[in-house]
Amino acid sequence: MATDAGAIPAAAHSAAPPHPLVEFWRYFRQNKGALAGLGVIIFLGLVAIFADVLAPHPPAEQFRDALLRPPVWQDGGTWRFVLGTDDIGRDILSRLTHGARVSMAVGVFVIALGLLVGVVLGLTAGFFSGPVDIAIMRAMDTLLAMPALLLAIVVVAILGPGLFNAMLAVSVVVLPGFARLTRAAVLTELSKDYVTAARMTGARLPRLMFITVLPNCLAPLIVQATLGFSTAILDTAALGFLGLGAQPPTPEWGTMLSDALQFIQRAWWVVTLPGAAILLTVLAFNLMGDGLRDALDPKLKR
Amino acid sequence: MVAALAPKTGAAGDVVIEAVDLKRHYDIRRGLFRGHATVRAVDGISFVLAAGRTLAIVGESGSGKSTLARVVTLIEPPSGGTLKLMGREPFSGDATAQRELRRAVQMVFQDPYGSLNPRRKVGAILEEPLIINTPMKAAERRKRALAMLAAVNLRPEHYNRYPHMFSGGQRQRIAIARALMLNPRLVVADEPVSALDISIQAQVLNLMMDLQEQFNLAYLFISHDLSVVRHIANDVLVMYLGRPVEHGPKELLFTQPRHPYTMALLAATPRVDPGQRIDPQIVKGELPSPLNPPKGCAFHTRCPFAQDRCKVDVPALRTVDGRLTACHFAEQIAG
Repeated sequence: MATDAGAIPAAAHSAAPPHPLVEFWRYFRQNKGALAGLGVIIFLGLVAIFADVLAPHPPAEQFRDALLRPPVWQDGGTWRFVLGTDDIGRDILSRLTHGARVSMAVGVFVIALGLLVGVVLGLTAGFFSGPVDIAIMRAMDTLLAMPALLLAIVVVAILGPGLFNAMLAVSVVVLPGFARLTRAAVLTELSKDYVTAARMTGARLPRLMFITVLPNCLAPLIVQATLGFSTAILDTAALGFLGLGAQPPTPEWGTMLSDALQFIQRAWWVVTLPGAAILLTVLAFNLMGDGLRDALDPKLKR
Repeated sequence: MVAALAPKTGAAGDVVIEAVDLKRHYDIRRGLFRGHATVRAVDGISFVLAAGRTLAIVGESGSGKSTLARVVTLIEPPSGGTLKLMGREPFSGDATAQRELRRAVQMVFQDPYGSLNPRRKVGAILEEPLIINTPMKAAERRKRALAMLAAVNLRPEHYNRYPHMFSGGQRQRIAIARALMLNPRLVVADEPVSALDISIQAQVLNLMMDLQEQFNLAYLFISHDLSVVRHIANDVLVMYLGRPVEHGPKELLFTQPRHPYTMALLAATPRVDPGQRIDPQIVKGELPSPLNPPKGCAFHTRCPFAQDRCKVDVPALRTVDGRLTACHFAEQIAG
């Protein structure tokens, strides 16, 4: 009797239940903005990887005969420098191309570090209630209480200026978001019976944390990581602009902006183009992050 | 197929679990100036359960059934009394012994939607207990998981599916299969069918009874649904506010209850035939707060037979007519 009844719903289900990834893509595809964001990000990723091949000139090479040359479509522009040159004759297109590499590396490094430390802290806080939880979460609250950029400046001031230290500083800024998000998700999951069931089979703490619970907390973390990517790029650019991040001649977009600031009246392209690159990248990541959230959060599904 | 799964361990009738005067109290802080309060969630429960038998724990919400389950499954230590599994005490302080005994007790949960990890395939869910507790190779684990799927009437192709692709009844069968992977001696089932459709309930209950026979399991079956208990139990223990009120063979309790609370629970069971309905009005009101249980007999506030004596004297559990009951007037109120 039991066999027959079991077979009926099973047969109804065998009409190809969609794989979770397929289902995710179906929802994600509906959001045109997110698709556009994904396109831009893939483009930027390729540019970053193949910067050496794509850039017409080395990023730091100075052409003394072509200072502040305008882009090709303006009077005085040449195809030799498609997006013009800056005040010491460096090709802006080449610097933007290599800058994409710097920005992507910054995003990946900052998010990887923030995610790693944040998830471990959040898991620890969620699993150990009491003093450990309180200590970790109050430390995170302290970080959150300071304005993000100010905190980053403090960290860089302690460590000294430079691209690597700027990345560390921005990691500290994005850390509390990941820790809080992980803790909240862990607390929700811990109350579910499957965790108790895993405990009863004798699973020890590391297995419970990383194999049983963590995979179920990933959806909000993926969204936060994507949105954090844009924060990372923006904050690092801001530190670069303030002279605390990447140092010349590193072709970092924020540093390029601040170096060229004095020419904003005479040569709009030296300021506008790096700014536009930052804007486009941050916008693309935010659009994709929103799309990911819609597709991964079951509560927002139609 | 089933022979590959498990040799029958122990003879029928071996005592699997013995609880003597088991207690679980919680200290509750009620705020700065009000001091502590003690909730006696489980307060003096004793029972013996042998292999191949089913003991049903029955009571309203808040009567301490699930707390008892948490103590018996070694999730929480008891505050008092002794608990013996296969003659050994799990809370004697020996961590290795406790891990060993923990394997012998497994649980089936009420909600089949929350008890399976949504990110893992059925095969991985079934094999996890083996990965943790045995040195088995992957091929051997797979063989055992497939055999267990067959034992709970699921098909081999279900091995590679995620829990969300199954119906409630199928999920509960997966949960039962997982509980049996380590050859436990005792399975604690906390309302295992109350979240399922009526039509599926009988199917799952029958499966549980078949498996009990096959694997010589002892069941501690927690339920508030007396028609389900009537179907599966050998013995019944009725709880009220953490204390036992009546404990005995199923037939006796169902046909001749000697405690007014048991009678009230029986009267509350829905019946199709109007002629069989008992007046459900014999118990009034709500379960009193476990923070502040009534003095004397805890049930006197709702009992239609309550006398002055019930407000003062706590009735002891005593043998009346072949079962244990905790009522001063058990002889007079035969149902």
